[in-house]
Amino acid sequence: MKKKGVGMACVLHPTGNKGAGDPSNAAIQLKPDGTLVLLVGAVDLGQGSTTILRQFAADLMEVPIEHVFASNFADDFAPLSLGSFASRVTLIDPHAVENAAEDLKKKIREYASDLLEAHPDDLEYKEGKVFVKGAPDRSMTLAEVGGASMFGGGADPALLVGTGAWQPARFHPHDPETGAMPAVGAISFGACVAEVEVDTETGMVDVTKLTQVWEVGKAVNPLLVRQQINGGLHPGLGTTLTENSYPYYPNPDWAPENFSDYALPTFLDYPEETLWGIEEVPHPAGVKGAKGFSEGSTNGPPPAIMAAIHDAIGIWIDEYPATPEVILRALEAKEASG
Amino acid sequence: MTEYVGKAMPRYDGIGQVKGQTKFVDDFVLPGMLYAKALRSPVHRGLIRGIDFTAAKNTPGVVGVVTADDIPGAKRFGACGDQPVLADEFTAYLGEEIALVVAVDEDTCMEGIEKIKLDIEEQQPVFDMFEAMKPDAPLVRPDLKSNLWDYGSGMTTRVMYIGDVEQGFAEADLIVEGRYQTGEQDHSAMEPMVSVAYFDEAERLVIHTHSQCLYFQLGQLAAIFNLPMSRIRYVGGVVGGGFGGKNHIHADHLAGLAAIKFKRPVKYRYSRREDLLYSTKRGVFILEYKTGIKKDGRLTANHIKLWHDSGAYGGFSPYGVEKCSMFASGPYHIPNTRIDGQCVLTNKAGSSSMRGFTIMNGQFPMEMQMSKIADTIGMDPWELRFINAWRDGDIGASRYVVRGAGALEAMRGAAEVHGIELPEHLLAMSSRGR
Repeated sequence: MKKKGVGMACVLHPTGNKGAGDPSNAAIQLKPDGTLVLLVGAVDLGQGSTTILRQFAADLMEVPIEHVFASNFADDFAPLSLGSFASRVTLIDPHAVENAAEDLKKKIREYASDLLEAHPDDLEYKEGKVFVKGAPDRSMTLAEVGGASMFGGGADPALLVGTGAWQPARFHPHDPETGAMPAVGAISFGACVAEVEVDTETGMVDVTKLTQVWEVGKAVNPLLVRQQINGGLHPGLGTTLTENSYPYYPNPDWAPENFSDYALPTFLDYPEETLWGIEEVPHPAGVKGAKGFSEGSTNGPPPAIMAAIHDAIGIWIDEYPATPEVILRALEAKEASG
Repeated sequence: MTEYVGKAMPRYDGIGQVKGQTKFVDDFVLPGMLYAKALRSPVHRGLIRGIDFTAAKNTPGVVGVVTADDIPGAKRFGACGDQPVLADEFTAYLGEEIALVVAVDEDTCMEGIEKIKLDIEEQQPVFDMFEAMKPDAPLVRPDLKSNLWDYGSGMTTRVMYIGDVEQGFAEADLIVEGRYQTGEQDHSAMEPMVSVAYFDEAERLVIHTHSQCLYFQLGQLAAIFNLPMSRIRYVGGVVGGGFGGKNHIHADHLAGLAAIKFKRPVKYRYSRREDLLYSTKRGVFILEYKTGIKKDGRLTANHIKLWHDSGAYGGFSPYGVEKCSMFASGPYHIPNTRIDGQCVLTNKAGSSSMRGFTIMNGQFPMEMQMSKIADTIGMDPWELRFINAWRDGDIGASRYVVRGAGALEAMRGAAEVHGIELPEHLLAMSSRGR
């Protein structure tokens, strides 16, 4: 018999290392033709860090995004970054990019002051141009500034590379006396609603409809946010229903050694109705209110699906994965206990 | 003014990726490149008595072997610095790397490995955390005094608390208890563990890595190789999926050692089988919850005891216990909260970070508690959560102050998208205050 149920969950995900002390650096270089190269240390694992940091750089330098090239090839010249983990990049790295952009604008003003015959404080940077305040016709484009720096147009040579660094807070280890470990960059919030059909003969759980909505501070790139919400559902489904590296835990023997035995969900396992949504409560610590959330989209489905299973068959499954074997044994035990 | 932030835009490197133009670590093939494969521990726990490599070394195509004796610097690595780079005295999990065979191709490496005569004394392993914690339990490794992780000065329990849980339980009308277990998963990134290492024209050791965090790992590699950081050109930034699995070093240290020994480019990579069986995984948590509630749905106290199965080495697990503890009460205001967390070593492959690292292990049981509480007191599960959800200024278990709270917004959004109508009094609530 197929039994239907619905369940929900509300979860969180924190951004960055919990003891803080979690810095990132960035650099923006002006090329002689006026285009920009953004260097970041964040590793792009497919989550899109390079994409969003380039968006920030283009906005901050007020230039068309096509003029910004981005490199995260961590090499000798890569800026320091603790790395891409703990959903930290969206909170931390934009600050580094912002500081790098401010630094570059300052260096551009300083370099152009000789060419425009004005004090750097009397120069303003706007929309890819540096100009004398109140006399916008006395101006230079980024290409003119870059070209001059290459061919020695100014009185003194200049290194037109802006650099920036940022961290949420000084490192704060766990205090054994009070239990305090108060440094937290930001926290994102998610809610999940799941509807299931439990087949009481086979023990199979079919997730028929699932909604996840995440409050992300500011959706820097809503397309990537959507992909992260629905992408995180993949391990969310697998964790809840099928994936198990140690099926006989705590004994590690008979561990699956191929993808036939280690059952990752496929698109056929995705709910027929997979719904998503984005909410924004600008976070005080983020550039434009942005904070990380992506890992969190894996946190909501397990408890929401388990609550739906309870609604369907009246049994709390207190461990995952809830494989058909687990469901059938639970049903048998319930029947035996009357 | 440009406004790119907030705009849906395609991935910067997306087109190149779908067209197959991205160069991943395994795409690097260099002239004269050698391959390495590992001799792995055939037992869960063992003492190495001796290894005879003679026949392996005489295999046509085999260039040589790499053992712990070939390590120029630090013999141990990992976030806690307790994991042998190559095992030489003992092994503490099935599949632990003991030695590398380096040859012209991987088939030849495997042929060589089959000819190694390994004399290893199998010992009684310990898998169960609660068995491992008993005073007379076998030690997971001979270098341990206890299987319970020592955070320093003999402190084996990480405690976080606000208020007084006993007081909170006394104020409660009802107490709901539960015991939960979260399972073990593999990251299953499309790109298994792989590394390519070689010396460049200036005698710098170049390593192509899929590391998620190069600066986190560069220091460990420099220590193992006994090279200054500036003599290592650590090239990365392109990863075929990480999900936390590539925060730990799996291949760079061994590819680098082989390149140092043989002065030729070396590629070391896991097969999918090795990746599923022997790479780090999401470690199991077992959690006991005791939650006090008023009849009107307000949470008064939450006492959590949790145990994390770290596998044979520390890795990120001791930190994972702290991270889990900080958020294991979910996004809720509970004035009296206490968490006692312990990290336990067992004879399994090491646990490591994985998407939602230790947070999802705490969100699951807390939300199960909330669902059970709603069921027990006959309250709508949405209402229970709306009443207790964090507002700005609330204090979390490790004494951080909540800012930019958004649980109510997320729930309202989810209800709307899913087609659930929430009552007016819930819609009127604000995360900005209670």
